[in-house]
Amino acid sequence: MALLDVTGLEVEFETPEGTVRAVSNLDFHLEEGETLAIVGESGAGKSQMMMAIMGLLAENGRARGSALYRGADLLGMTARELNAIRGNQIAMIFQDPMTSLNPYMTIEQQMTEVIMHHRKLKRDEARAQAVEMLRAVRIPDAEERIRQYPHEYSGGMRQRVMIAMGLLCEPELLIADEPSTALDVTVQAQITQLVRELREQAGMSIILITHDLAVVADIADRVMVMYAGEVVECGSAEDIFYNPQHPYTRGLLDSVPRLDRASDQDLHAIPGNPPNLLDLPVGCNFRDRCDEAREECREPPPVWRDETGRMSRCVLPMEGGKRVDPDGTGPESRATNSASRENRE
Amino acid sequence: MSKPVLRVQDLSVTFTSLAGSVFNRQERQIRAVDGINFELFAGETLGIVGESGCGKSTLARAILGLLPPNRGRVMWMGDNLTELDEEAMRQRRKELQIVFQDPVASLDPRMTAGDIISEPLWTFYPKMARLQVDERTRGMMKMVGLLPNQINRYPHEFSGGQCQRIGIARSLVLNPRLLICDEPVSALDVSIQAQIVNLLQDLQKKLGLALIFVAHDLSVVRHISDRVMVMYMGQAMEVSEKERLYRKPLHPYTNALMKSVPVPDPKLAAAARRENWLTGDMPSPYRRPKGCVFHDRCPFKVKRCEADVPPLRRMENGDRVACHRAEDLDLSVVEA
Repeated sequence: MALLDVTGLEVEFETPEGTVRAVSNLDFHLEEGETLAIVGESGAGKSQMMMAIMGLLAENGRARGSALYRGADLLGMTARELNAIRGNQIAMIFQDPMTSLNPYMTIEQQMTEVIMHHRKLKRDEARAQAVEMLRAVRIPDAEERIRQYPHEYSGGMRQRVMIAMGLLCEPELLIADEPSTALDVTVQAQITQLVRELREQAGMSIILITHDLAVVADIADRVMVMYAGEVVECGSAEDIFYNPQHPYTRGLLDSVPRLDRASDQDLHAIPGNPPNLLDLPVGCNFRDRCDEAREECREPPPVWRDETGRMSRCVLPMEGGKRVDPDGTGPESRATNSASRENRE
Repeated sequence: MSKPVLRVQDLSVTFTSLAGSVFNRQERQIRAVDGINFELFAGETLGIVGESGCGKSTLARAILGLLPPNRGRVMWMGDNLTELDEEAMRQRRKELQIVFQDPVASLDPRMTAGDIISEPLWTFYPKMARLQVDERTRGMMKMVGLLPNQINRYPHEFSGGQCQRIGIARSLVLNPRLLICDEPVSALDVSIQAQIVNLLQDLQKKLGLALIFVAHDLSVVRHISDRVMVMYMGQAMEVSEKERLYRKPLHPYTNALMKSVPVPDPKLAAAARRENWLTGDMPSPYRRPKGCVFHDRCPFKVKRCEADVPPLRRMENGDRVACHRAEDLDLSVVEA
């Protein structure tokens, strides 16, 4: 059984301008010990999808579908049930280390709070564990520095504190939302290395949400590419980087400026802008920006799958793939899908 | 080659902050920019790279006179900008423009795209005819890849990339000779980044601008620059011709910075992992290391680096480097 199994996830927000569909018809699963990277540009729905799974959507947000964590549906849980899992079995590292730490609390207070709540430890035991974890993420003089406030830490150190907090309860699943985006490349390299080491030591599963393909190449086993709320391509890191099938994935890879390539030509840019989620184009969402677009793209694109779990949502056939229903679900999974939906209502 | 349009000489900016308790105030000094020298020619692009806090944005602002330098000169076409009176500087500003990092925050949300782009015209040419202003504004919009019929729209109706196009149009409407871009693409998605970098490159060719491109992203800088200056703790570590810098950096810091840039390729990433990158954090600006500012993180340091400050010296090919050991280190990049 997969550690996390998400089927038919939809996330919608009610706004004064109308209903925004941030995520539609999303299926994915995560095996134990696996690192899955979710890639996409702003507005692709990657963060909102994770927020939905963790029960952290804003007031006006609504999630449908199912997200089975070890067989239990996270979407159907009460806040109390979720609180027993969040921070304990599933930990989240948020995007911005500057704003995710409480400026009025010392690092010690913030870290011990987590362990004392979940592990019912006494203050000095919790403190000893927190210091040990800070050492693991290589905060120098952890014993001293744990008494300091966030503003006394540099950006890279704050991000390491966030990681240390995420790992305090030895989670099975770590969800990291753009963990190194706000950092300099030098610090970024250190953080990626750190996450890789911790993964090997603890055998954690990781979901990494990012727009940075280079970080993905450095750490992911599998990659899922999202565009305008949908998965457009999914496959192993090797497949995605060396044999991308979807025109959007190809465009994304080509638009990254690379140090290991000559720089005399223009950068490849994807023309146009990401679509407005309130006013999505009919048919394929990527149609307006795609250099392969054709008449058939006015219809919802078909989905291609192969037995390795590789998937592409495009009118262009996927190498070695079989065509499935255009709405992204095969006949069988659709049945279970609607069943789980009925259960919840 | 002709004469440089911009010559920055020994430019330094120091910030003073207060520390200690209310009863025991102490002044602390940070040398944000410390003795920077460079020249820039018309039609040339200088990239300035470095980690956050290295002083690259402060340098950009000091060149434009937005921050007072406490030492040094900024020679712009024969005038020392740091000594000009207010009115003379104001006139010079037409020639010196800047594009900011955050495309959305740097536009007034209550002004239309047209108002934003034409504001510099009204400021400098208040007697210009409405029709002429309008025509010029629409022309600018077309030039940066916006539709002239979007002139009455507000910033929130544009995407991030389009907002940056508005910012670029605003900075070019006065026909400047020098454009400073301070992290112009770091807030944008990668597919949009490429659009803006290509646009800036085209505009520079078309208008013959001198361009200073400040960024932390070495791969973007490589794309757009002719020469690159690498900064660390307010000082220039290296100023080299672009291809030479990326093939064979002269300074260990440049080398370390390049090694930390991840490559979007799983096999290469795995290979790069085995190499050592930079360890530790940049030292606190209050505790500037003696000797070479980089010595405590440098894998190649020798005794001398701890005591003597290496000057930025000129190599035979015209590149400049501030490292005692530049001649005996071979930091060539092995091409994949």
